[in-house]
Amino acid sequence: MTASPPPTAPPPTAPPMTAAYLALVRRRRLYGTLIGVLFVVLMASGWRTADARNAGSFFDGIAHVADFPIEILSEAARDWANLPGYLRQYLPSLIETLNIAAVSTVLGGLLAAVLAVLSARALAPLPWLVVPIRRSMDVMRAMPEIVIALVLIFLLGGGPVPAMIAITLHTAGALGKLFSEVAENADLKPVEGLASVGAGWLARIWFAVGPQVAPNWSSYALLRFEINIRASAILGFVGAGGIGYDLRTTLQWGQGRYDQVVAIFALLFLTIVLVDHLSDRARARLVQGGRPA
Amino acid sequence: MTALATTPALLLTRAEICRRLARRRALLLAAPVVLLVYLTTIFFSFDLPGIAARMRPENAAVLLGDFWSFKTHVTLDRRKPGLDVAIEGEAKGRYAPAQFPGWVRDGAEPRIDLPDGSRVTYVAQGAVIERAGFGVIRVSRDGRQIAVTLPEGAANPDWLSASATRVDIRGPWWRFSMTPARTETLRYEPGWELFFFDLQSPFHGKSAAELAALALWQPRLEPERSNLAAMAADIWQNRMWRHGDVAWALGETVLMAFLGTFGAALIAFPLAFLAASNFSPGRLIRLGLRRIFDLFRGIDGLIWTVILSRAFGPGPLTGALAILLTDTGTFGKTFSEALENIDEKQREGIASTGAPAVAQARFGVVPQVAPVILSQVLYYLESNTRSATVIGALVGGGIGLLLTQAIQTQKDWEEVSYYIVLITLMVMAMDSLSAWLRARFIKG
Repeated sequence: MTASPPPTAPPPTAPPMTAAYLALVRRRRLYGTLIGVLFVVLMASGWRTADARNAGSFFDGIAHVADFPIEILSEAARDWANLPGYLRQYLPSLIETLNIAAVSTVLGGLLAAVLAVLSARALAPLPWLVVPIRRSMDVMRAMPEIVIALVLIFLLGGGPVPAMIAITLHTAGALGKLFSEVAENADLKPVEGLASVGAGWLARIWFAVGPQVAPNWSSYALLRFEINIRASAILGFVGAGGIGYDLRTTLQWGQGRYDQVVAIFALLFLTIVLVDHLSDRARARLVQGGRPA
Repeated sequence: MTALATTPALLLTRAEICRRLARRRALLLAAPVVLLVYLTTIFFSFDLPGIAARMRPENAAVLLGDFWSFKTHVTLDRRKPGLDVAIEGEAKGRYAPAQFPGWVRDGAEPRIDLPDGSRVTYVAQGAVIERAGFGVIRVSRDGRQIAVTLPEGAANPDWLSASATRVDIRGPWWRFSMTPARTETLRYEPGWELFFFDLQSPFHGKSAAELAALALWQPRLEPERSNLAAMAADIWQNRMWRHGDVAWALGETVLMAFLGTFGAALIAFPLAFLAASNFSPGRLIRLGLRRIFDLFRGIDGLIWTVILSRAFGPGPLTGALAILLTDTGTFGKTFSEALENIDEKQREGIASTGAPAVAQARFGVVPQVAPVILSQVLYYLESNTRSATVIGALVGGGIGLLLTQAIQTQKDWEEVSYYIVLITLMVMAMDSLSAWLRARFIKG
């Protein structure tokens, strides 16, 4: 796992250096081997532990991995004529899932932008706030959405709002960190230029930092949108509305209704692939075409 | 924007520039309006006005109270003999009759001292509540009828609610209730009770100084092991908080993330060579692999979880495999992109010495891509720790399972908050570990 190639050997006329070099190479090899052995041991014992603590073992299950997909696909193939109807039936749920992701990305992104300029060292109007804001972003980022969503479902009842709040908070933390890294790397000359003509803090941020960070910020926000679609589908599964909730309901109906499960899988899959593709292209344009390097 | 970059600036007339600026300004002004319209639509489609009706503020009160306090139930049930004193009313928090806390005096007429100076006495056919600053309230039970007698001349206070079959009195830090079948007093105290030692442990109720003395020089409570070992074992096996199980669950979650991430990296690395345009043996293999990567990435972790848990049942293996499959797709894509971006000169240099393909890859390619790949894998290790919590909640493994179980009971909120703190700390620790490893292995 060594990251760089061994340095070029010194000329043979310097025997002490050769010896030192060889010793260095030997030590590196030793460390490399040790890390490799440790890694193999961890992997092997890890899989064994996971296997032992799982309800079904790997080798019993592997033969049946295809059973469920085959079952649902054969049901869907048998009742293929229903599929277009189901696709249309679950479209509103899909839109709700997408809406949850979009609103959380927008609100979380706006919150992240504020937190980012407040916590970027060179731009922060109140330097003593930098560290507390960074720590709170760390906490927001570290808390999985499901934790907040489950607690909020208890308080607010099911539906899209708990998922929206949960994903918004997580997005604010995750994007806040990336945004502030971008903002810290922004060129400060335009800021100084604006300051020299007496512009206030808000004007300096808006006109001097804004245009510099906009392409990267939007690119990160788009990437986050992709992630949030997946998160919003999962939160639906624990009761927060959208297509995940429908998936859980149809799974509970069990055999005979698997054509609906297939329809939901298909909608989810196509959406994710489509959004990934579109956002990939948009991000490539933003980062390469937007800002001269 | 792209047009500006590709068209030579000199060809743009002043009018053209003005037109573009005007368009940009219009766009800039339109964006907030569009956003506002969208958010307003969402406001109604998510039924935010109706959320006030669906909201359950009493749940919030329960939750907030439970986060930082606990209650002890002192219950007299007509169908069971004797007084029952139990923390949170749970069997595992029940005091033995000889060990009742000091504020409960057991006897023919049990007396309970409450934090604000009030006092409740359970008498035959009822109870007497001496409320501080109010007076004596008598609650008497006759068959299935319950009657309340307030002090002379007192108006019915708002902290008392009474019907023919139920009386409920709330005080600061306590609550009294009586139904035909049972009389119960709840006493609230701040903190997480029995966090270290449960009631079965001989170390319960000892102060820190006493515990230190026991651990360091006092004689063994159990002859076969030292007091320190006994303390550690008692904390580990605490029946209320199950520290041992929680530690295992955290370990399982990290294990899922570790196995999933590195397993995916090990599978994706060789495949990435086949999918990179400059290494691939054939166009067909390359395109086929790319589509497979897209497929694995597009099938969300949620779908993988559903499919895999049918075959393997709940547990950490299912979670690890779900992470592994999703990330194989992601890694396959990013690794092959990293391989396509290498500097070919290094490989050509090695090839010119007559080295075979494997040696070319080892010395001409791997050193170039290793930093990129390693930093990606380490980054995913951290983010997968979070995913493993979520997937654990779905497949039933690790800390995610404990969390959902605790939330479903709707009363163990102190455990929920404990797990939330632990999860947050675990993710932050993995974040630091991954940052440290990245700094250690990838210089520059």
